[in-house]
Amino acid sequence: MDWVLPVLIILGKSLLLIAALLLYIAYILYADRKIWAAVQLRRGPNVVGPWGLFQSFADMLKFVFKEPVIPDGANKGVFLLAPFVMGTLALAAWAVIPVADGWAIADLNVGILYIFAVSSLGVYGVIMGGWASNSKYPFLSALRSAAQMVSYEVSIGFVIITVLLVAGSLNLSEIVRAQDTGYGLLGWYWLPLFPMFVIFFISALAETNRPPFDLVEAESELVAGFMVEYSSVPYMMFMLGEYVAIVTMCALTTILFLGGWLSPIPYAPFTLVPGVVWFVLKMTLVFFMFAMVKAFVPRYRYDQLMRLGWKVFLPISLFMVVLVAGVLQIMMAMGWR
Amino acid sequence: MSVAAAFFYLFSGVMIASAFMVIAARNPVHSVLFLILAFVNASGLFILLGAEFLAMILIVVYVGAVAVLFLFVVMMLDVDFAELKQGFLQYLPVGALIGLIVALELVLVVGGFAPSQAALGAPRSPAPADVSNTMAIGLVLYTKHVYFFQAAGLILLTAMIGAIVLTLRHRPDIKRQDISEQNARTRDEAVEIRKVPSRTGV
Repeated sequence: MDWVLPVLIILGKSLLLIAALLLYIAYILYADRKIWAAVQLRRGPNVVGPWGLFQSFADMLKFVFKEPVIPDGANKGVFLLAPFVMGTLALAAWAVIPVADGWAIADLNVGILYIFAVSSLGVYGVIMGGWASNSKYPFLSALRSAAQMVSYEVSIGFVIITVLLVAGSLNLSEIVRAQDTGYGLLGWYWLPLFPMFVIFFISALAETNRPPFDLVEAESELVAGFMVEYSSVPYMMFMLGEYVAIVTMCALTTILFLGGWLSPIPYAPFTLVPGVVWFVLKMTLVFFMFAMVKAFVPRYRYDQLMRLGWKVFLPISLFMVVLVAGVLQIMMAMGWR
Repeated sequence: MSVAAAFFYLFSGVMIASAFMVIAARNPVHSVLFLILAFVNASGLFILLGAEFLAMILIVVYVGAVAVLFLFVVMMLDVDFAELKQGFLQYLPVGALIGLIVALELVLVVGGFAPSQAALGAPRSPAPADVSNTMAIGLVLYTKHVYFFQAAGLILLTAMIGAIVLTLRHRPDIKRQDISEQNARTRDEAVEIRKVPSRTGV
């Protein structure tokens, strides 16, 4: 029975991570609304608790105590399964994310592929929800969103390929360690791979259905997208899955381009700060950019979105893969690496 | 029973059950969803074998892309499957005969099967022990098997071009958008400012 203890430890770690993640997401949601409000010169949530700090918890309680309504013509099993598929898959991605040196629950040596695979499964929650609702608008929205997510996965895949060519590993911890060059924040990959950083950021917005690419729930044309028929806890699970996916993308940007848990200035007072603090700070910075984009940019037209993905990002990222591979090969031939 | 064995039986059991449900489910969309479940369990089996790269590629390619297209097609089809299954039983004799022949062949082949001693003595995995299997695949894919790899790519390219040629229609009577023309538009040619005298209109 020597496997009982490791299993218990993994279980404890997972519970701890999920608790921390959910708490973080409660405040990310609050921050999202506050930032949006501030840009529009409003106050945002300010009633529940001091400065409205407990708003997310109040919302959660409201969802839990409401009655879940299931449409008569819905395919009941798939209808109820969809939100839980979305939530579970979004949380599953966090199993491999190293929040500090050696703090990943599973330090897989194909970690980045695992995240890519799990996030490509996220589309099923949307399709299943849209189809099972047995209604026009959710179905149209599900089709749209599936096409959108599949399209932008292609360019995300190429961005990931360039990063792992430079880092020489598929392991997320190794990718962060490869950025530890002694130059601090100037040694991280956002600088040498700046075009890819921009493409990854925009593709991450599209992949997680954030504004300006939130055509999935374009309320002016599709009512509210694939979630129209959902209420109560199933709706909350969709929301949760969406926000977990957003935070995962922020974490992935941090790991691939912003040096993960590394301190931005590699000298004494800064290196003493625990890695997890830097990681969370960077993740929050990326989320701040996500929130600002939501406040600034008007929604894209659907054909422009598809054009941007296939005719602009795909050729650029494909060219960059070839360019980066060529530069690396030349550097190796010259003996600089 | 070790943890790995428990997971092996879990993955295989769920996989066989969902593979059965693919053909047993009444609703074709449920069939595709069970197929996806079978794929995911197959990738779990790959992980147990230590082939984590193949497992992830299976999920990314088959579950993340191919099965999504399957699901699209099946959702769009408006086939009344209850009606299709009306004359189902009249095919039973032929189906049973084919099934019997295949089963007999399987028994004949598998019954006489024994692994050779040379194969049992060989190492479990062709990859060297000191590199990860992702790296091992990369090392042979672009060197030893580069022509086969490129040929596979060419076949896919041909299929893609074929699909585009078959579906692309240029209809001269409908309006099309010219993106570069739209982007090249300036304010001067798009907006005209006029002074409108009161009560006369433009």
